[in-house]
Amino acid sequence: MLKILARESGGAFAIWRLLMLAQLREQPMRLLVTVAAIGLGVALGAAVYLVSGAALNEFGLATKRLVGEADVVVRGPREGFPEQLYATTAAVATVSMASPVLEVEAAMPGRAQPLKVLGMDPFRAATLQPALIGDIGGGLFALFQPDSIYLSSSAAQELQLRRGDSLQVIVGSAPKTLHVVGILPEGSYSQPLGLMDIASAQLTFEQIGRLNRIDLRLRPGVDAEAFRGILARTLPLGVLAIAPQVERDRAVSVTRAYRVNLNMLALVALWTGAFLVFSTQSMAVLRRRRSLALLRALGLTRGQLQLVLVGEGAVLGAAGSLAGVVLGMAVAAAILRFLTGDLGNGQLRALGASLHIAALPLLAFFAVGTAAAGVGAWLPARTSARQPPARALKGGDRNHAAAARRNAYGGAALLGLGAALCELPAVGGLPVFGYAAIAALLFGAVLLVPTLTVHALGWAPRTHYVVADTAVAQLRENVGLSTLSLASIIVSFSLMVAMAIMVYSFRASFDHWLGKLLPADLQLRVPFGSDTAYWSAADQATIAAVEGVARAEFRRTRQLLLDPARAPVTLIARGATAAQSAQELPLVRSLELPAAAGGEPVWISEALQDLYGYELGGPIDLPLGGVTRRFTVAGVWRDYARLAGSIVIPRPAYLSATGDGSANEGSLWLDSGANAGRIEAAIRTRFARGDSLEILTSTALRERSLQVFDRAFAVTYAMEAIAVVIGLTGVSFAASSTALARRSEFGMLRHIGMLRRQIFGMLASEGLLTSAFGVAYGLALGTALSLVLVYVINRQSFNWSIDLAIPVSQLAILSATLIVAAAVTAIWSGRAATSQDAVRAVGEDW
Amino acid sequence: MRARHPVADPAVLRLENLGKRFSPDRPAILGGINLELRQGEYLAVMGESGVGKSTLLNLLAGLDRPDAGRVILEGVDLSALDDDAVTLLRRRAVGFVFQAFHVLPYLSVMQNVVLPLDLLGVKEPQRSQRAAAMLAAVGIAPLAARHARELSGGEVQRIAIARALVHRPRLVLADEPTGNLDPRTAAQTLALLRDQIKDHGAAGVLITHSRTAAETADRIMLLDDGALRPLSQGA
Repeated sequence: MLKILARESGGAFAIWRLLMLAQLREQPMRLLVTVAAIGLGVALGAAVYLVSGAALNEFGLATKRLVGEADVVVRGPREGFPEQLYATTAAVATVSMASPVLEVEAAMPGRAQPLKVLGMDPFRAATLQPALIGDIGGGLFALFQPDSIYLSSSAAQELQLRRGDSLQVIVGSAPKTLHVVGILPEGSYSQPLGLMDIASAQLTFEQIGRLNRIDLRLRPGVDAEAFRGILARTLPLGVLAIAPQVERDRAVSVTRAYRVNLNMLALVALWTGAFLVFSTQSMAVLRRRRSLALLRALGLTRGQLQLVLVGEGAVLGAAGSLAGVVLGMAVAAAILRFLTGDLGNGQLRALGASLHIAALPLLAFFAVGTAAAGVGAWLPARTSARQPPARALKGGDRNHAAAARRNAYGGAALLGLGAALCELPAVGGLPVFGYAAIAALLFGAVLLVPTLTVHALGWAPRTHYVVADTAVAQLRENVGLSTLSLASIIVSFSLMVAMAIMVYSFRASFDHWLGKLLPADLQLRVPFGSDTAYWSAADQATIAAVEGVARAEFRRTRQLLLDPARAPVTLIARGATAAQSAQELPLVRSLELPAAAGGEPVWISEALQDLYGYELGGPIDLPLGGVTRRFTVAGVWRDYARLAGSIVIPRPAYLSATGDGSANEGSLWLDSGANAGRIEAAIRTRFARGDSLEILTSTALRERSLQVFDRAFAVTYAMEAIAVVIGLTGVSFAASSTALARRSEFGMLRHIGMLRRQIFGMLASEGLLTSAFGVAYGLALGTALSLVLVYVINRQSFNWSIDLAIPVSQLAILSATLIVAAAVTAIWSGRAATSQDAVRAVGEDW
Repeated sequence: MRARHPVADPAVLRLENLGKRFSPDRPAILGGINLELRQGEYLAVMGESGVGKSTLLNLLAGLDRPDAGRVILEGVDLSALDDDAVTLLRRRAVGFVFQAFHVLPYLSVMQNVVLPLDLLGVKEPQRSQRAAAMLAAVGIAPLAARHARELSGGEVQRIAIARALVHRPRLVLADEPTGNLDPRTAAQTLALLRDQIKDHGAAGVLITHSRTAAETADRIMLLDDGALRPLSQGA
């Protein structure tokens, strides 16, 4: 048996080499484009994998260094908990060491990003976080000097500070000066970080007597998980006992949906590449059908022929995959080097992340690319191997009506499956079934193409214009070739349409959302993301009193950790009354106010509802002011800014729960005719470091936000362009193959008096008919796919909704461009048809 | 350049010192050929493979340009015309029958036959009437609605003959028209071709290897060593 197999494959190998070399000689450009398409998909996938892997690895390392040898981390809200809790937990018999920490995001004048500062007990931290602080040695004592801070080397580099320099931070609305007493060794911590003695930090950041983290090391033999469970029950509300691993995994889970979406884009590219292999191999099989039949007649078995043809595709795939893996590594290295790992999502930004090349995942990418190409080659190989040699030797492309009918049943079934998959929920927060639905709908729609082509061409009336009628008759006869050409357009154009509609819908919804949230003339806030800068009630009154300000509204935003496994949610206190809060929000569902009994109203974002399962009208318990307070979910609002979820609470309710009357964001309505620039300047002069305030007109903020949006979707636009080029390449392949196969036909037509331009007209008519049908079909399919993207994949990935909006003029321009481009491509590809060779071809017998 | 006004010439086709060379370092494939073909005259050209029979045919039809001499079709010097003008002249004045038939398999028999009329812009009902008459003349009227791919070789070649004559050309060029047919069908086809050429008052050139086929023509010439020599009288 093995001998037979070896002999069979040996014979197939000899034939494969013969045919492959002939293909390379005759179609080098076509093979190159196919290899490039596969390479692109593999490169994109490998680059996304390597970059996100490096960034997440860096996050993991950073978290590990921050948490160190701790077995349990006690974490409270940003405003902290009384430090008596430290004394209580440190006294527990099973705790071997407790290290108190005050962790703040410190605002700095003139800098958009805050600096993470850890206030620690240096000696305890040296034991629990030796990798972070252990190398300081004698420098530990320097931390005890008042207002002293150690910086990580990346922080020193970013802030351009050296030992002995001063660093200004903003606490409240006033600047405070810290002294840089040392720089951590380069390998200690790769992200920007400041280290202070805890007492100094409490004093500087006005958090005397408060902590927000305690790292605990347990005695040997103590079950950390069991201890954590017991401890959790004794902690005050809002304070959580967390396993260090959860801290490390948070970055992974927060960025997972984004990474999966990028990987899906890579898969789309790879799939398109596989389709190109399918298209190329189908053309090659059609073009060589008589030669292949001859080989069959000479004794090549059906299995050997299939092996030969799949081998051709696999070699293309292997070449593309190899190039793709190398390109992917280069792109990943470039992104990590120049963009610090930012793939368009700020959460994946990681300074100091370095590329780790692991052979196994890269081999997997190589294998996936090769297999995709092999699968693409398998279908035409099977068709060719099944065809009786006698029929193939006679030539012709006549068996497509029956095949079309068979495909139609499969296509309809896949469409049904796709629709059903859309109804299924996310798996682990990922829209797995949504992606499966896209694949099913795409495959199903492509399988329906032959039947629809046969029907559509059947309806085409006879015009009695020889050019048009001959073009229609040719398309009708060669449904196989027409289908391939059409499928190239349909696949690429429908994906492009789907992405265009999704992005346009998202942009329109985002724009509307911005308009709803930015009704005032001026927006202002303290440095974003910081815990330390805010405006007191007096500061707010100062701002409101600036001449030209007609009305001022202030907001307080802060982080709340509701679930240690998830990122903190954002609590936003806004609106002087509940009615005003509701009115200013882009609500998607809401209750009539006043809400039903159960508590004061709050409005949760869609993400919060999806992730935590809160229901409209139901209760929600929030840890505010050290106690649990019950509120009622009075509405669900759309929030495109906070993926982890957010809660809006009326300011009076927040004040009464926390006693915190401070604010860190504001909106100003100006007197008519007031000059925004002058008012901005006036506000800045009212504060010691007013230059650190972010003040923008709503129009400018809106423009900036939309620019950020467009930049984030740049990769999508690039993918769209690639999809179109690949689609046109498919058209070109089909057109040139058709022209080659019909060379003698064109020669005959030239003999009987058809002008060159009439043949061009015929090719253009065929190209126009094919592409117009493909574009119409692609528009319909793309719209269907966009519904899945908008209502299933987007909703399940990001937990926010989008209103569907169709970019009619953009799609009309794209459609017209593609139709014309396809027609030009068809003419260009068929230019050989009118050459002298074509005229001579009538004398050829194959 | 457009077609010049034809000069009065009794010959349908005239070749004057016609020469063609494919490569400067190889001998000319055709050298100094002179020929005159009048209306109703049917000429067979014989020769071995590679002597230039198809090259000669391409030159006669204006599908290729000579390196020397002139081809005068219906009094018009083809070398003085641009490609479009030659094509328009060929469309009107020349009919072709090929060895490999070259009918379009995806068109019906009728659609294949009306192709030259469509190209000439002949309107209904003349278009259908002339095509139907031609199909009847070559004996395949009942097959008009069938597709060419469903027919036998002999039937397909009858389509080709009908297509070559439906627009009443002055010159019919046939390149090994029976090369792919069995002897009996070949004999029928050759007789039909000759009869139709004569009936339409056209001039005909038959390129063939076969002495039997050549003998259906009025006279036979041998193409050899780049020159055309009379061989004998045919039918």
